[in-house]
Amino acid sequence: MVTIAVLLKQVPDTTARITVSDGRVDETAISTWVTSPYDEYALEVAIQHKEASGASITAITLGPPRADKVLKDAAALGVENLVRVWDDAWESLDSNQVQAALSTILEGVGADWIYCGKQSADRNQGSTGPGVAERLGMACIVEISDWDVTGAQPSFTRATSSGNERLAPTPPIVLTFTKTETELRRPNVRGIMAAKKANIEVVGADIGDAQVQVVAHNPPPQKPEGRKFEGAESVPEVVGLLRNEAKVI
Amino acid sequence: MDITIIAETQDGGLHPVTAQLVGAASSLGASLTVICPGGAGGEEACGISGVGKVLAVTGDCFATFDGGAWAEALDAVAGGDIVIGAATTSGRDICARIAARRGVSIIQDITALSPGLNITHPIYSGKANQDLTVTGNCVLTLRANTFPPAPSGGTAQLSTVQQSGDVRLAVAEAFARASERLDVTDADIIISGGRGMGHPDNFRHLYEVADVIGAAVGASRAAVDTWEEIPHSMQVGQTGKTVNPSLYIAVGISGAIQHLAGMRTSKYIVAINKDPEAPIFKVADYGIVCTWEEAIPVLKEELSKLT
Repeated sequence: MVTIAVLLKQVPDTTARITVSDGRVDETAISTWVTSPYDEYALEVAIQHKEASGASITAITLGPPRADKVLKDAAALGVENLVRVWDDAWESLDSNQVQAALSTILEGVGADWIYCGKQSADRNQGSTGPGVAERLGMACIVEISDWDVTGAQPSFTRATSSGNERLAPTPPIVLTFTKTETELRRPNVRGIMAAKKANIEVVGADIGDAQVQVVAHNPPPQKPEGRKFEGAESVPEVVGLLRNEAKVI
Repeated sequence: MDITIIAETQDGGLHPVTAQLVGAASSLGASLTVICPGGAGGEEACGISGVGKVLAVTGDCFATFDGGAWAEALDAVAGGDIVIGAATTSGRDICARIAARRGVSIIQDITALSPGLNITHPIYSGKANQDLTVTGNCVLTLRANTFPPAPSGGTAQLSTVQQSGDVRLAVAEAFARASERLDVTDADIIISGGRGMGHPDNFRHLYEVADVIGAAVGASRAAVDTWEEIPHSMQVGQTGKTVNPSLYIAVGISGAIQHLAGMRTSKYIVAINKDPEAPIFKVADYGIVCTWEEAIPVLKEELSKLT
């Protein structure tokens, strides 16, 4: 019996402007929160896997109540079980705490195929997939760019320095996905109606103390204004500057 | 404080980022051990100034990449209060696992590091930076081309250790890359095209320039989403690749915020765009207001004269 879990994180829309006030990113200025783009690919493949295997999927998110939306969106695509891990006392969790929380839930679910994005679009770390795999004693394939989950033996392709490798792994395994050309499915009206009634289980977890403290968030340093030139006739001058001033060519 | 550095290897030798890891770690004033997965680049690592000891770790598991097996083997050999690796695909995987094995935190893709430990890393793909402190032991990965490399002239001792890990990933099939083209994440110079290129066929003009200067060709999300001929593997930006080359040439790219997020830390940025108000000019060191049709032939000719 195949059991699938997918880890989803809610992040600001990638077109959102990020502003910093009083040393922290101002989350109240973010109007649109979405499922982290890489996680959407993980979810798509998990659903393909479910359709081929008859498995059920548990979608798990770690986040405050607003993160319910990523679970409802997953439910609209046919995900059956929805779990949100959270404790109102939690603030900025470090990698150890995030992985402790997710591993506890995943152990309870008993998933043998765990899908997630290669990294979140907010923290950009890429630690959760392999970190959770290590804690659960599982193998992990990172940055999967192609797959075939239609048969009894799913296979996944990753890039290498010289090309690509296809792997046909034995579960239990964690799989992390990059963005690909695959078109993501959209929910239909029936799915959206069903998602409205879907139940979200909210659970806590023992995550221990934080080892990492956030000191401050800062906007990226502004570059000094560059020089602007007009027309193709300026190209030789710019090439000269690249060679003699910037010394990069 | 003891620091273990996991060497980044390529083609049986050291990747240049390894000397950068040593350079950054040296500033922490600690004793440095470099461990070389599969034994690659051991002699070379001994020659990096500041390195105290080099361990070449040889084992069957290093024949193919399995992050779990590599982490198991390397963690068995690695001492160190702090483990430092490169923020590459494999480095992030191995280091996340070593941190989980040790029950300590990991901070990835660090761009500034000072004793204390004070750490800075980009968040939201560079739309902001986060300053952190860590108490206790930890694992860190550092962004390539961000820290100055330690010079050569080291005379560390090389020891070989036999250690393997439990391999659970078998490669069913390997495919060579269809083209010999450089990937944007490996390139020191990148020339990227946006929707302003008008048609995917026009990217051949960028390839011609790239061939002259040994550059990789990238693309904006708008180009990747518009034309199926432009694969996502070329995409630079928040949902594509984050790049940090010496020179980034943006052609027909307006400079959407999510594109800037992926390339704004490039050392030098040249923008070629016919719209003088395009946001890309705000991050460009040298902006050229011009159509690509006029600028690219001159650029190719001028660059050809240099080499």
